Amino acid sequence: MSKHEKIEKNIGLMGVLIAIVVSMGGLVEIVPLMYQTSVIEPHPNLKPYTAMELAGRDIYIAEGCYNCHSQQIRPFVDETLRYGHYSQANEFVYDRPFQWGSKRTGPDLHRVGGKYSNEWHEYHLMDPRSVVPESNMPGYPWLAEDMVDAEQTAAGMKVLYEWFDHPYTQEQLDNAQADVDGKTKMEALIAYLQVLGTAIPRSYK
Amino acid sequence: MKTNFNDEIVKKFAIATVLWGIVGMLVGVFIAAEMAWPLLNMDVPWLTFSRLRPLHTNAVIFAFGGNALIGTSLYVAYRTCKADLYMPKLASFVFWGYQLVILLAVLTLPFGYTQSREYAELIWPIDILLTVVWVSYAVVFFGTLTKRKEKHIFVANWFYAAFIITIALLHIVNNLQIPVNWHLSYSIYPGAVDAIVQWWYGHNAVGFFLTAGFLGMMYYFIPLQAGRPVYSYRLSIVHFWALISSYMWAGPHHLHYTSLPDWTQSLGMVFSLILLAPSWGGMINGIMTLSGAWHKLRDDPIIKFLIVSLSFYGMSTFEGPMMAIKTVNALSHYTDWTIGHVHSGALGWVALITIGSLYVLIPRLWNKKAMYSTKLINTHFWIATLGIVLYIASMWIAGVMQGLMWRDINADGTVVYSFAETVKATYPYYIARFLGGTLFLAGMCIMLYNFIMTVKSRGDAVALDKLEGAVA
Repeated sequence: MSKHEKIEKNIGLMGVLIAIVVSMGGLVEIVPLMYQTSVIEPHPNLKPYTAMELAGRDIYIAEGCYNCHSQQIRPFVDETLRYGHYSQANEFVYDRPFQWGSKRTGPDLHRVGGKYSNEWHEYHLMDPRSVVPESNMPGYPWLAEDMVDAEQTAAGMKVLYEWFDHPYTQEQLDNAQADVDGKTKMEALIAYLQVLGTAIPRSYK
Repeated sequence: MKTNFNDEIVKKFAIATVLWGIVGMLVGVFIAAEMAWPLLNMDVPWLTFSRLRPLHTNAVIFAFGGNALIGTSLYVAYRTCKADLYMPKLASFVFWGYQLVILLAVLTLPFGYTQSREYAELIWPIDILLTVVWVSYAVVFFGTLTKRKEKHIFVANWFYAAFIITIALLHIVNNLQIPVNWHLSYSIYPGAVDAIVQWWYGHNAVGFFLTAGFLGMMYYFIPLQAGRPVYSYRLSIVHFWALISSYMWAGPHHLHYTSLPDWTQSLGMVFSLILLAPSWGGMINGIMTLSGAWHKLRDDPIIKFLIVSLSFYGMSTFEGPMMAIKTVNALSHYTDWTIGHVHSGALGWVALITIGSLYVLIPRLWNKKAMYSTKLINTHFWIATLGIVLYIASMWIAGVMQGLMWRDINADGTVVYSFAETVKATYPYYIARFLGGTLFLAGMCIMLYNFIMTVKSRGDAVALDKLEGAVA
């Protein structure tokens, strides 16, 4: 323990040693993933979010849906029965930030796309207990009145294209603002929910 | 007096700790009520659960916990170094800058401005402000240590140092974003990489903000209040380095069975199990500090807070590694068991050690012989403990029940319960949890009253209390 005295008497040395030991875990566990093909290459069926879907995704984030809903189906029998095929890393490469969540106060949403009609979602978001009496989810009626920020959506698509090479066509980028202009937040959010997890069919075995 | 400034700045942090604690826990109690009675959302956007939950977590972790950590770390630094705080004006900036960050959190999170990264929800401009404040804090803290008149750096400062350095690293790496406009930004990491970066951050916000920092608090205030030296010097060296090096590997246990590659999950699980040893090293070192003075546990309610906090620390650092075992996690993940686990750490460990330390600190800062009422400290202790037990027991039962209901399969291969049925079954536990949280909040209000009366009292206020002799 006498060697430790050197560290105890030198705050600079102690600081450097602390910085070194706390950096190891991240370097070993995170950096290799940035180069692992199964994690960074998109699934062949995966498309980048359209303007409407991206606008809806920003609303999903702003309203904090991830606080109660996961988007990550684990490879268990009950989960694949209830939610569909288990989630794969290559389905999420266009997700910045990821929305896997950590708690299921409500059900998982990764493959909710196509499961319900647009009309069902609208009823449910306006007043969840009108369609699911046991639900403790809050209503989000303001989404039907508030408009999408079209400028923001267009700027967001540009960032994804220019900084992260999300494969948008020039046409998509040019029309981004017009695509979402005059749409309600409700319409955009439902467009996002309806595309979730559709790269792989729910029933795929 | 030149020492006055040192105490003045810590006083501010002590006041902020109690006030933000009450605010953060009040929000917590409100959103707990919303889960039991969803009509309380009242269709008002900024009162909605999903917008307020990040406000609750940020307020209790960073406003309550953060003010307690920064305040006590500065106090411990200048006391153990027998030196004045380095750059007093910068220390003032740290206080006001940090309060501004919290205020901006209150003004953004309920209105839908968020990054959606758990415990890192603050939008990019606030992240930058927080970085500036944090670096200033590091300058004040480490500057004070370099001015020390003692050759040795006291053990509490090691933990505070690790907390300050690592939080800076975590905060910066996890918040690397490209701004879209003044409030929206997109992460530089794609999907699964983003997930592991976030949980590397999230787990170590627990490891370094809520553990290493508060262990620093423990290493100063328990020996001080017990009037005994730290139990084992050797143990503190070993568990310090073991704790800070193994914590940073445990993040992947938040992503068991997800699309995160399997090797990362398994590595995270192994290190989570290893973590049990250094965690219990800290608990043993703290509790055994009382050896030879166990009677104080009976007589002094402040010691009760400090020692029971370590018991909760020991319990939740046992429970944590167990939940990090993949097969256990398969049941517990996504359920309210996690919420119970978090609160056994957050209320049982973090809040109780903070409350105990504040009861030691307040009379010293305001030059009083003791707190206004020791009896009220005792009342606070029992009401808080009862609240915690009610909270975590209800969430444990709810979580295990949810996990079992979700996985139940009929003989014909279909699921037994719809998701909605599991929600319905949880309502009674949500009500019990709300009651537990309310009790804990009531305890904080008692503390605020005791705090105010202590500050207002004259030096002899202590005579009101028959248990006064217990407080050194």
